[in-house]
Amino acid sequence: MAKLNMVEAINLALREEMERDSRVVVFGEDVGKEGGVFRVTDGLQAKFGPDRVIDTPLAETGIAGAAFGMAVYGLRPVAEIQFEGFLFPCLDQINNHISRIRNRSRGRFTCPLVIRLPYGGGIHAPEHHSDSPEAILAHIPGIKVVIPSTPYEAKGLLLSSIRDPDPVLFFEPKRIYRAIREEVPEGDYAIPLGKARLAQDGKDVTVVAWGAMVREALNAAEQLKADKIEAEIIDLRTISPIDSETLVTSIRKTGRGVIVHEAPKTCGLGAEIIALINEKALLSLQAPIERVTGFDIPVPLAKTEHYYLPNPRRIVLAVKKVMSF
Amino acid sequence: MEDYHPLKGKMFQVLKPDGTLGPGQSPPMSDHETLDLYEKMVFIRLADQRALMLQRQGRFGTYAPIWGQEACQIGSTYVLQKGDWVFPAFREIGATLMMGISLKTFYLYWMGNEIGSRAPEEINVMPVSVPVGSQTLHAVGAAWAAKIKGDKIVTIVYFGDGATSKGDFHEAMNLAGVFKTPTIFFCQNNQFAISVPRSLQTASKTIAQKAIAYGFDGIQVDGNDLFAVIVASKEAVEKARSGGGPTLIEGVTFRFGPHTTADDPTKYRTEKEIEPWKPLDPLVRLRLYLKEKGLWSAEVEHKMTEQAQAEIDQAVKEAEAIPVPEVDEIFKYVFAEMTSPLKEQLEYLKSTLT
Repeated sequence: MAKLNMVEAINLALREEMERDSRVVVFGEDVGKEGGVFRVTDGLQAKFGPDRVIDTPLAETGIAGAAFGMAVYGLRPVAEIQFEGFLFPCLDQINNHISRIRNRSRGRFTCPLVIRLPYGGGIHAPEHHSDSPEAILAHIPGIKVVIPSTPYEAKGLLLSSIRDPDPVLFFEPKRIYRAIREEVPEGDYAIPLGKARLAQDGKDVTVVAWGAMVREALNAAEQLKADKIEAEIIDLRTISPIDSETLVTSIRKTGRGVIVHEAPKTCGLGAEIIALINEKALLSLQAPIERVTGFDIPVPLAKTEHYYLPNPRRIVLAVKKVMSF
Repeated sequence: MEDYHPLKGKMFQVLKPDGTLGPGQSPPMSDHETLDLYEKMVFIRLADQRALMLQRQGRFGTYAPIWGQEACQIGSTYVLQKGDWVFPAFREIGATLMMGISLKTFYLYWMGNEIGSRAPEEINVMPVSVPVGSQTLHAVGAAWAAKIKGDKIVTIVYFGDGATSKGDFHEAMNLAGVFKTPTIFFCQNNQFAISVPRSLQTASKTIAQKAIAYGFDGIQVDGNDLFAVIVASKEAVEKARSGGGPTLIEGVTFRFGPHTTADDPTKYRTEKEIEPWKPLDPLVRLRLYLKEKGLWSAEVEHKMTEQAQAEIDQAVKEAEAIPVPEVDEIFKYVFAEMTSPLKEQLEYLKSTLT
């Protein structure tokens, strides 16, 4: 089995799914000849031709709106928005059309599409290239929001996303695009959407994370072993719909929780998770749940970005706080 | 159509407002077909008026009337074939009924029931698009998909003069031009976007000329002339179907009614401004034409009206007889399969209902 990084794993998923299903088309800015600015779609145009791997004009609203029309007509478009900072012109199409056509037409028209977008900080990128807007999307009814945390996960989750009968926003943590290599099988394995993953078993505290933050949480858990603290790491995988069952089961076991996300604190998904746990497992809690998050500021440029990003040290401190409550 | 290149500043017209054919022009269909379409036009105008009345009586939600724009929609859908796709804005009672959606279904939507947006399986009419201009991209995407799949269909999208100011219009026109999608952009230039006149939307002399910048054909037609709309649409549809790419048609027309029932047009336009448009009414000239042919009389009109009103009565009755949907209905179409959070929320909601 080949050891792949996340870029290669996503590429493999696209390649296999395009071979399997002739309705799948890939399009976006620079995805063809260039293979995408991160090379995620490398070689796909050469293999499948310019009708199925399409370089579009520079128009994010257009990409989202045309993807809607394609999906409604019967294709399975996988559109790429080059960076999360360029997602915002698409929100009109996502919120007003893509997310609700099934409901508006009472099932007559549906929109099975995927919008892939690299997101998050940690690569010393220019402005508007480091944000984590996943909670904004999770607030929109009618779409699914999926975020892989490893190469293996990325392939299986992308296959499920393309096959899903409903629209999926697929957030790719660009910081770990090439940071992790692991065995990624060829061929079909779909990881179900809406189900969280137990990334590490533990009994003392539940740490919830997704995307690039799962790795930070695992690193923190390593450090916590020195203090004889066994952290259970939940990789949320799909932030909408959220798998509250897995979260609640873990909290019932540990009685303590820390949520880690790179997005700003206010109205981040952490707040939603805390509210869910309060509704379903308040009496299991032995301490208030802590959040380790980005801050309510624009993500800083390279020199000061490290202040912003959650890291194992902040996670360790938060865990110790909930352990000593 | 060369004579009507947008930069030549000439609007395409076949039937003059006095009901006679323009010099060198011939009708695009037989007299009996014309009479049939006239009857449809009468029906649509009356069904539209009824919608306004129902809104005033509190039996209808906010409604956007077609009054005055019938020729644009009837003419352009008349030339479509089975399998073609229609992407309406929100003033498209004409296009919608022409495609075979029942009046009862149409009324249901405006009465506040989403089931009215569900087109029958064999009819490709999308639900209305309220965010102005956003649907132009959908028509391009669907046409693009058809082209990729090798299907010989066309898509037609309706929008107003206001929508041409939006970025979506630009992106849609640009994509359509680059990928030569089989898309008809039908702009119903009805002179106002709610209260803002056409002159404040764009400094372009015509809307049709905008097509030139995107590398495809545009034409300005008299949007109150059913014949002109049919001729121009037919040419555009045939071109698109045979791989010739998109066309922008600007139908010059006038909205006689309010933007919607929530609007008071006396605030932004005077009777004096409306006056010159009255003799240009699409029904008037067709009536004069048919009268000359001996096919129209007061008696014919009376009979048509009576029959239409009876049909409309029936549609209203049937639509109003549909009961308020069960609560499950508002949850069960959000996803193909209801998600756990939705199941929980529905269960909670049900527990609060007696």
